[in-house]
Amino acid sequence: MEFSILLAGFGGQGVLSAGKFIATAALLEGKEVSWLPSYGPEMRGGTANCSVIVSDNPIGSPILNAADVLIALNGPSLDKFTRLVKPGGLILADSSLVHAVPARQDIRFIPVPASSMASEAGNMTFAAVILLGCLAAATECFGRDSFEKALYDALPARHHHLIPKEMAIFDQGATFAAP
Amino acid sequence: MSNRVLMKGNEAIAEAAIRAGCRHYFGYPITPQTEIMHYMALRMPEVDGVMVQAESEVAAINMVYGAAAAGARVMTTSSSPGISLKQEGFSYIAGAELPAVVVNIVRAGPGLGGILPAQGDYFQATKGGGHGDYRNVVLAPASVQELYELTVEAFNIADRYRVLTMILGDGTLGQMMEPVLFRDEEPVETCEKSWATTGTRGRREHNTIQSIYIEADALERLNNTLQAKYRLIAQREVRAETVNCEGAEIILTAFGTCSRICKNVIRQAAQIGIKVGLVRPITLWPFPDRAVAAAAAQPSVKALLDIELNAGQMVEDVRLAVNGIRPVHFYGRTGGNLPTQQEILDQIQVLARS
Amino acid sequence: MEEKVFSRTRGLTGKPFHYCPGCTHGIIHRLIAETLSELDILDTAIGVSPVGCTYNNYEYFACDMIQAAHGRAPAVATGVKRVLPGSMVFTYQGDGDLAAIGTAEIVHAAARGEKICTFFVNNAVYGMTSGQMAPTTLLGQKTTTSPFGRSAAVQGYPINVSEMLATLQGAVFIERVAVNSVRNINRAKQAIRKAFKVQQAGLGFAMVEILSTCPTNWGKDPVSALKWVDEAMIRQYPLGVFRGQEIEVGD
Repeated sequence: MEFSILLAGFGGQGVLSAGKFIATAALLEGKEVSWLPSYGPEMRGGTANCSVIVSDNPIGSPILNAADVLIALNGPSLDKFTRLVKPGGLILADSSLVHAVPARQDIRFIPVPASSMASEAGNMTFAAVILLGCLAAATECFGRDSFEKALYDALPARHHHLIPKEMAIFDQGATFAAP
Repeated sequence: MSNRVLMKGNEAIAEAAIRAGCRHYFGYPITPQTEIMHYMALRMPEVDGVMVQAESEVAAINMVYGAAAAGARVMTTSSSPGISLKQEGFSYIAGAELPAVVVNIVRAGPGLGGILPAQGDYFQATKGGGHGDYRNVVLAPASVQELYELTVEAFNIADRYRVLTMILGDGTLGQMMEPVLFRDEEPVETCEKSWATTGTRGRREHNTIQSIYIEADALERLNNTLQAKYRLIAQREVRAETVNCEGAEIILTAFGTCSRICKNVIRQAAQIGIKVGLVRPITLWPFPDRAVAAAAAQPSVKALLDIELNAGQMVEDVRLAVNGIRPVHFYGRTGGNLPTQQEILDQIQVLARS
Repeated sequence: MEEKVFSRTRGLTGKPFHYCPGCTHGIIHRLIAETLSELDILDTAIGVSPVGCTYNNYEYFACDMIQAAHGRAPAVATGVKRVLPGSMVFTYQGDGDLAAIGTAEIVHAAARGEKICTFFVNNAVYGMTSGQMAPTTLLGQKTTTSPFGRSAAVQGYPINVSEMLATLQGAVFIERVAVNSVRNINRAKQAIRKAFKVQQAGLGFAMVEILSTCPTNWGKDPVSALKWVDEAMIRQYPLGVFRGQEIEVGD
C-alpha cells in the first residue's frame, strides 16, 4: 500500500501541521512516511501546501506527481490541484470556504463545512482536524487511536488539554465519510 | 522501529552534529536551512555548547577556522549564496589543514536566485570554489536518515584527514520530514589534536596554524602533503549506492533528491519492460568512478542518462568515469523545478529504442 | 661582577624581526610579549596574526598563534575564545586589516563583547603592499593611491576607529596610545596590560589602538617619522581612554 495526500490552503489554516499529524499517526502504525512542505514566500502568508506519503515500503521520491487524496482548504487550492488527483482518488474540501465543485467524474468528492463547524466549536484550528477525521474514515491511511496518540506526541504539553475536544471534532468529521 | 522519530532534514543535521560531539556552531540565517540554526540555538545550551549568530557568512566561516584551530569539532551551515561567501574560508581551512564540517542546503542560482531546491553548486562543491589546489570531501545524502548518518560521519572524516567535509543537500532534503532512527551510540572517532593552538600550557613549543608559505619550496611541500592526503581519501572514502544495475539497459546517474525520483522511475520503467539501473554517488568528491565505470561496462547497457537539478555538472565526472565506452546523456531541470518521473521516463524510452 | 640588566623577553621566540628600519611594530611586539610574560599568561595565550606587514608575527610571539585571512582576525579569535574560554586571546591587526576589509568583524566582535584583546596598529598607510591609502590615511597625506594627497571630496575622511568602537556597549575598554617616545611607550605598555587584565576579568572586548610609524612608505627618516606622529597623526587621532577609564585592574 502506498498512499499520497496533498494538503493545500492559506498560510495559517494549519495545513502543514495537519500533514505532520497524518505522518506522525502513520509512523506510529509502523508505516513509512514522508512529509514535504512547499516553502518560501508561503512562510510569510499566502498559500501553503504539503505532500504526505504513507507506505508499507520504503518511499522513493517524496515529491508528488499525482495524489490519491487532495485536501483543499481554499478555492484556489481546489482549482490548482484537482488535476493532480489520480483517477478513483478523493478530494476533501472545506465547503465553508470552497464553493466550487471539482469538474471531474472519476474521483470522489466530499465537501465538509469544516470552518463553520470549527467556528461553532470556538477554535478555527479545528477545521483541519475535522477534515482529517473524514480522511481517516474514508481511507486506510491511519486509524483514530494513532491520530490521538499523534496529537499527544506532536503538540506541546500546554495544548494537551485541548485534545479531547479535538478528538470529538475529529469524530464529527468522520461522519461525512459515510457514502 | 518504535523509536523512530519524525524529523525535518535540517533538524536531523543539527541533532546529528550534536551527537557527533560538535559543541560549536557558527552561522548566518539563510533560507532554506535556517532551521539548523534555530535547532542549535535551543539545543546547544542543553549540552553546554555554543551557537553564535555571526554578522556574515564570512565571519561565521572564520569563527569555524578559529574554533577548529583550537581543537573543537565545529560546524557552519548555509545555502548557496552564503556558501559563495564562505569560499575564502574554505581555502584557508584547506591550507591550514583544519577539520571542519560545512552544510550547503543548495538553492537555485545563480546570483540571489531562488530558494527552491537545486544542485547547481556541484562544481563549486567538488572542484574547489575557493582559490588554490585543494579538495573538500563532499557527501550527498538522499534521505533524512542519511542526513543524520552522514553528518556524524562528516565529523569523523574531517578529523581523520584534517579536511573540510561538506554535506551537499538541497531545499527538498532540508525541508522534508521523514522518520529517523537514532543509534544508541554514535561511532564517534576521537583523535588527538597535538597540532591545535590551545595555549602551550607549559607543555610544548608554540604551535602555529597558518596557510601562508612565502618560500616556493615550503609551499610546494604543503601542496604535496595535501595531494597525498587527497589520494588517500580517494582510495578509502568513496561511497556509492547501486540499484538494479545488473543487466540493465539504461543506467541512470543521480545524487540527492534526484536519485529519489530516479528510484521511482526504475519501477515505472520495469512496468513497460525497460530494465533501468541507478548509480547514486554518495561521495561526490571523491567521485565513485569505479562504480559508474563498472555499471557502464556491462554488455547489456545501451546508454547512461545523468539526471540533475542543474544544466549538467556531475555529468562531466560521469563521462570521465565512462571514458567513452558508452554514450552518456543528460537531462536536468533548473530554477527550482524538479524533473517529473514522466519526463525522465520519456528520455529513457528514446534511449532504449535507439 | 657582571649583572644582566636587560634581556629578550621570553614572550618572543628570538627570531629576528623582518621589519624596516625605524618601523615601530618591533616595539609593539615587545610590549605585548613582555606583558604576556609579566602577567604569566604566555602559556594560555593564543594570538591571531593579520594580513599585512605583520602577517608572520606568529614566528615572533612565543605563544600559540593562528594566521588569519585579511580582516578576519576578530572572527577567528571569537571561534578560539568560545572553544577555550579560559585562554587569553588577542588579535594583532593593521589599519587596512581592521578598518577596511575587516570592519564588520571588528565592529561585531566588539558589539558582542567578545572577551578578547585587539591591538590595532594604525600607521595611516598600507605597508606591505607598498604604500597605498588606508582608511586612516590623513587628509592631504600622499600615498601611492592618493598621489595628490587624500582629498575629502575624492577619497572621503579618515576613520577614527577608537571613537567609533567606544560607542558600543560590548567594548568595555578602548584606549589610543602611541609609541613615538619613551613616555608614550610606557603609557602604551600600561594600556596593553590593562587590556589583558580586562580580558582576564571577563569584562568584555578590549582594544588598544597604537599609533605607529612607517618611515618607508611615509618617505621619511625614522626620527622625522616619530615627529610626524606628534605633529600630524595625534591631531587627527588624539591619545586617551575612550571607554573604560573607570576600570581599575590593579597590578
